[in-house]
Amino acid sequence: MGSSFDTRAGADSSRVRALEDKVQELSKRLQELEERTPEDRVAIIVFSGDLDRVLAAFVIATGAAAMGQQVSMFFTFWGLSVLKKGTELSGKTLFQKMMALMSPGSSLNLPVSKMNYFGVGAKMLRSMMKEKNVSSLEDMIALARELGVRAIACEMSREVMGIKPSELAEGLESGGVASFLADSLKSRTSLFI
Amino acid sequence: MSQSFDKLFDARGLNCPMPLVNARKEAGTLEPGQVLKIIATDRGSVADFQGWAKIAKNVELVSQETESVDGADVFVHYIKRTA
Repeated sequence: MGSSFDTRAGADSSRVRALEDKVQELSKRLQELEERTPEDRVAIIVFSGDLDRVLAAFVIATGAAAMGQQVSMFFTFWGLSVLKKGTELSGKTLFQKMMALMSPGSSLNLPVSKMNYFGVGAKMLRSMMKEKNVSSLEDMIALARELGVRAIACEMSREVMGIKPSELAEGLESGGVASFLADSLKSRTSLFI
Repeated sequence: MSQSFDKLFDARGLNCPMPLVNARKEAGTLEPGQVLKIIATDRGSVADFQGWAKIAKNVELVSQETESVDGADVFVHYIKRTA
């Protein structure tokens, strides 16, 4: 009788051990899943340098930040114009100089994507926005900063276009594809504008 | 049956995303359990405040009302800070 009791105890303890192993395995898988779960983040690529598109990007960015999301904005190619504070020509190649002279010197000079008519369309849109009491792009950029939206300038396109770091606003990060993906893979929403 | 509130934020005349962004700033000054009343003229604010309350972990939408002031619609939102 004693031996049969021992056997049962042995069977119980091996079952407990099996359960413990199972629990350990499950908690490991849970941890892995948690690491892959998106966070409260939004990642936005601003490729365009069009006033209307950039406005949409900043409305989403500031709105998301207000809703408690961590927002990263990656500025690349024409989107870099948004971050410019001025144009410098010294030390640039001919093509880079041409590019600099033909692209907006700051967010104030962005064209609209349709009906721009050499900048008249952009001025019209700005005055129509003012009439409707919609914040200007510059106000929204300042607001985004205040709300802790991260702004990252794409290093590669900045180099290609010959934009110097000194032509860009202060307080920006610079990065490449991996720094965008590191954020976007953890985001619930990623946008390309 | 008027809803009580601790702070009033007048967002009349402001457009998307400013009612939400500024309301969020105002809500940050509240103590947990306190209620912020927001008055807005932006029609989109009705859905915006619902979305905010759904996503944010520390606010709750207590109620929403539409009032008519001098023939124009005014949207009233009550947001409670929960944590």
